[in-house]
Amino acid sequence: MRLDLVDITKSFPGVLANDRVSLNVSSGEVLALIGENGAGKSTLMNVLYGMYRPDSGEIRIDGQPTTFQSAADAIAAGIGMVHQHFMLVPVFSVAENVVLGVEPTGALGSLDIAKARQMVKEVSDKYHLDLDPDALIENLPVGIQQRVEIVKVLLRDAKVVVFDEPTAVLTPSEILEFFEIVKSLVDAGKGVVFITHKLKEALHIADRIAVLRRGTVVGETTPTQADENKIAEMMVGRPVQLVVSKNSAQPGEEVLSVSDLTVLDPDGRTVVDDISFAVRRGEIVGIAGVQGNGQTELVETLTGLRAANNGSVRLGGDDITVASPRLRHEMGMAHIPEDRQRQGLVVGMSIAQNLVLTRYHSPEFSNGVSMDWGKVHDVSEELVKNYDVRTNDVDNLASTLSGGNQQKVIVARELSRDLRLAVASQPTRGVDVGSIEYIHSQIVKERDAGTAVLIVSTELDEVMALSDRILVMYRGKIVAEVDPKKTSAMDIGLYMAGSKPQGVAS
Amino acid sequence: MSATVMLSAEQRKQSRNTGVTLIILGVISAVFFTQDGGSAGFGLTEGFTLNLSSQRFAQVLAVALVGAGAFQLYRGFGRLMNVFLATGTALFVISFLAWSASGESFNFTGMLQDTVARSVPITLGAVAGILCERSGVINIAIEGQLLFAAFTGSIVGSILNPWFGIVGAVASGVALGGLLGVLAIKYQVDQVIVGFAINFLSLGVTSFVGQRVLVTKPEYNYLTPFRPIDVPLLSDIPVIGPSMFEQNLFVYFSYVVVAATTWWMYRTRWGLRTRAIGEYPKAAGSLGVDVLKLRYRNLLIGGAVAGLGGAWWPVGAVGRFDENITGGRGFIALAAVIFGRWHPVGAFIAALVFTLAEAVRLKLGNLDTGIPSEFLLSAPYFVTLVVVAGFVGRSRAPKSVGQPYTEQ
Amino acid sequence: MPRWFDALGSRLNRMSSLVITLLAVVSALVVGAVIIILSDVERLGNGEIGAAFSELATAYSALVRGSVGSLRALSETVNNSTPFIIAGVSVALAFKTGLFNIGATGQMLAGGLATTWVGFVMDGPAIVQIPLALLAGLVGGALFGAIPGVLKARTGAHEVITTIMLNYIASFTILWALDTQLFQRPDRSDPISKFVSDEAMLPKVFGFIGLGEKFPAHSGIIVALLVVAAYWWFLERSKMGFEFQAFGQNADAAEYAGMRAKRLTVVGMVVAGGIAGVAGGIEILGRYGYATQTFAGTIGFDAIAVALLGRSTPLGTMFSAILFGALQSGGREMQVETDINIDLIVVLRALIVMFIAAPLLVKAIWRVKSAQVSTGQTFKGWGS
Repeated sequence: MRLDLVDITKSFPGVLANDRVSLNVSSGEVLALIGENGAGKSTLMNVLYGMYRPDSGEIRIDGQPTTFQSAADAIAAGIGMVHQHFMLVPVFSVAENVVLGVEPTGALGSLDIAKARQMVKEVSDKYHLDLDPDALIENLPVGIQQRVEIVKVLLRDAKVVVFDEPTAVLTPSEILEFFEIVKSLVDAGKGVVFITHKLKEALHIADRIAVLRRGTVVGETTPTQADENKIAEMMVGRPVQLVVSKNSAQPGEEVLSVSDLTVLDPDGRTVVDDISFAVRRGEIVGIAGVQGNGQTELVETLTGLRAANNGSVRLGGDDITVASPRLRHEMGMAHIPEDRQRQGLVVGMSIAQNLVLTRYHSPEFSNGVSMDWGKVHDVSEELVKNYDVRTNDVDNLASTLSGGNQQKVIVARELSRDLRLAVASQPTRGVDVGSIEYIHSQIVKERDAGTAVLIVSTELDEVMALSDRILVMYRGKIVAEVDPKKTSAMDIGLYMAGSKPQGVAS
Repeated sequence: MSATVMLSAEQRKQSRNTGVTLIILGVISAVFFTQDGGSAGFGLTEGFTLNLSSQRFAQVLAVALVGAGAFQLYRGFGRLMNVFLATGTALFVISFLAWSASGESFNFTGMLQDTVARSVPITLGAVAGILCERSGVINIAIEGQLLFAAFTGSIVGSILNPWFGIVGAVASGVALGGLLGVLAIKYQVDQVIVGFAINFLSLGVTSFVGQRVLVTKPEYNYLTPFRPIDVPLLSDIPVIGPSMFEQNLFVYFSYVVVAATTWWMYRTRWGLRTRAIGEYPKAAGSLGVDVLKLRYRNLLIGGAVAGLGGAWWPVGAVGRFDENITGGRGFIALAAVIFGRWHPVGAFIAALVFTLAEAVRLKLGNLDTGIPSEFLLSAPYFVTLVVVAGFVGRSRAPKSVGQPYTEQ
Repeated sequence: MPRWFDALGSRLNRMSSLVITLLAVVSALVVGAVIIILSDVERLGNGEIGAAFSELATAYSALVRGSVGSLRALSETVNNSTPFIIAGVSVALAFKTGLFNIGATGQMLAGGLATTWVGFVMDGPAIVQIPLALLAGLVGGALFGAIPGVLKARTGAHEVITTIMLNYIASFTILWALDTQLFQRPDRSDPISKFVSDEAMLPKVFGFIGLGEKFPAHSGIIVALLVVAAYWWFLERSKMGFEFQAFGQNADAAEYAGMRAKRLTVVGMVVAGGIAGVAGGIEILGRYGYATQTFAGTIGFDAIAVALLGRSTPLGTMFSAILFGALQSGGREMQVETDINIDLIVVLRALIVMFIAAPLLVKAIWRVKSAQVSTGQTFKGWGS
């Protein structure tokens, strides 16, 4: 099968998301689609998958123009998609998730769950995916969940499989396994579209690489013709510095010290398991780990949003284990939360109001009863200028900002005061390259000013680039402490997966 | 680390709440129900009356409840916590009855029969709510659906015959389900607001038209309700037989609806998809399931079930429509959805708890208890309040309920 | 893009929301007319279609005359609007805090009962009695509002359910209270309270310029306007108002920012309950002079519609309350002049809310093209 996207154009109010984009992929090859956040990759794939109708242009299958009214049409045409955010119902079993939409039925429309199990088993055995049809999705690690997604696609007899940022949640070794799966798909005659922003992976697996920038295809190349720097430049439109420039750390006394910390989730499962570590002033400590290994809960406990079940947290010698978030804030702790839309901002309020969200109550802005919005406005204008937030009015709603600028609002709010400790969780998730560079430089600047910095990120590259020391978290425990200069990404990846690199004594 | 199993803050809170509730019930039992020395006669079958010494019973119960509560606070019953709470509450109600009725006898089985009969509109309303909420649409409009259906059912039933009355009631339930669907699904109006608007609209239209038409034409509002039919064999079982199987058709309808919905929801393709779109509609949508269409379908079927529930008033109980005859039963049904954990059988049990409270009140109205009747009147609402407060933390609502879905 | 362009855009947007409000009211009147005609079975049965339409015309003109057609009608409208404004602010404030206060009725009953008690046990000049009695109403309503707030904060029980149940409990509790020696009027056997003292009754608003006869509205409207002004200040200028709104829009972000969710939930319900309690007190001191089981009527429920219609803003809530008050007095006139009973008003209100909540629907019906209208979601799940 050959799939052609011809001159696809799709606009939303105020945004031209895809501008005459043309791509093609055939059976037995891997096309990598590379682009920054906001370059239009997702829109394009939603068009391909029947979720959006293009304004103009067409989709051709084996040369025949077709239109997709819905995802069902796309599936019927042999297109399968593995979404970045898994499309799995957490409270359903593997089999139930896989057969949803193509359920085998018995008498009176009743569900034939035995047949469903068998269907999952067959596909999973054929591609060596090793799945238990009866396991509940919510109990499975993300790597396995991704296999469920792949089985879903294969069961529907897809000829072209689209993977949207498939490696974002995987460990390096899981990524290698994933590439094996991709190879077996290609061997079975499937066409694969691999959407990513990770250049190394595209170079590793793709036959052809298409680069998308601001809604248009700016070039197509192959791994043999191009290298990382060249593709990065195509992607961003200017030369990009791929490493964070920083001097070596000058660590001082301990600022944050965590001992024997244990945290349970509401269902009583241990999510942070007896953790001890310290962060000293003037150093950046990074916590690496696959998503869902307790990092979120650890950060929430450190910042006072979640109660610790055992152990203690100390800030500069004071025990803050049971201190409120506000008290921690006043003691000089900053928190850049992992999800800016959910926690970091009230997007229905103005940029100025968001810039004081964590300190509106200070005497600077309030006498305890009423607010001095004039003062807030003035301070906000200053912050917006100093932290490069692109807006023409601080009284605009925060929802009017791009993701990168929203993140800069949070960075400005959290880092623009005297700090002892800065905790940053996924500080650059879903942010454009320019903003990433800027935010990284601000974090390094904060370290150099003598703040203790704790970075939590599931992007191993980010942790390695920023950190002076790395702690690896796996199933709620810290399984390793490594020096990023002396350890390879592959070895850290093995720790992230719960195993040990060869040559390390147990 | 201590030797006991560690509990999360939420678990500790639930556990503590349960313990405190048990102790409070025990203390109430000890303080009030032990005061009167007489024995109460619980009429079980025609020939047999169980005599309970209210004082002795309350003493034993008080000790047991406080003991259980203390144990819960000290160690915890773990998984058996809810069983103890439910049993404790039921025994508390019996103790209350024994105390109120001490020195007299009353027809206990008749009270249970009344309980089951009254549960019909709440059960059906709750099943309607489950059908909607499981598919991700919150239905606050159950009250309005019941009310409008009772109105239509009475008029159509009076003009034609009761069976057509049921058809009319079901049709009006479907119509309001459709209205909820168009506004909530197509126009993406806030689902709670739509629900409220529909409740207002039902109340307004039925009162307005009722005043304007039914007052001058009483023959449009008069029909003979269904009579009880004994189920052979089953109705011969002592206590349970008369309570559950000497009822009119509506009660049997509600059994069928509860059983059918349970099967539907958990054993069919339709149910799997419904639960999927209530939890994570995008996942279902990405597999080609038409989320919006399925939501419409659920709302319409839910409307039909609520319509059947509304028909209970004119066709299954009182034989006519009065202004605001549903009197908030739709809201109790809403609470039953939560208490019943979005499961039809759970909702049925929840409905029985509420109507038991009401049946007790009616029974006690005939006995001289010394409790102000106004407090008895509020008993069902009070029970609802306590139960929702006590149980809501333990149930898991469909994740996407209340959120509109767009195919993007 | 230049700034004046943005400003123009937002002004047009506001205009269009006003236009949509008007169109919603017109739509409701049209549907109401259809219901009036269709339910006129007598005339329709006799084929007197013209007569049915002429009654409709009489009814709608009575609706206008009864609400704004004379000084007395205007006075009636002011009196009817007063509790809608105050109770509307109660519901609106709760909405802004992310809470759905369906319990205004119960809170009005609790507040009104407290006001009544102070009103008949106290002696003294009006200047002392009235504020104290209203303060009692505030406290009564606040205490009753605290119950769903505490239940939500401690157990997660959703206020939609608890406030509905508490409305019923309040109405039976007041029935009981009115049966006690403390409250019951000595010469009566039905549940009705003693009269509050004459000094406690609210004076006529224009009595001081001798207009008390022609414009008999009581001065509760002044309290109502003060409540609106206070609500505006609270939202726009106060620190707590900022916290309430941040919490209402994004509870997770509010907690992240150090605000205490449980406290805001309780305080939000307490404040909303207190305001509703004042509405109850005003009805006692302004309109009745005594309490009955039903003195709050359906005001607490209608207040939800008022707040929705006014999009929970101070001015919007006030104007929609005035519209509802006008409908109320017009409806009474309509009931006097025609066969059409006042329950029509309930229908009209429901339709207005429905059309207002569905701006997209109104646009589709009237084929209005304009910028997007927000369809915010008040419901945030059943909680846990």
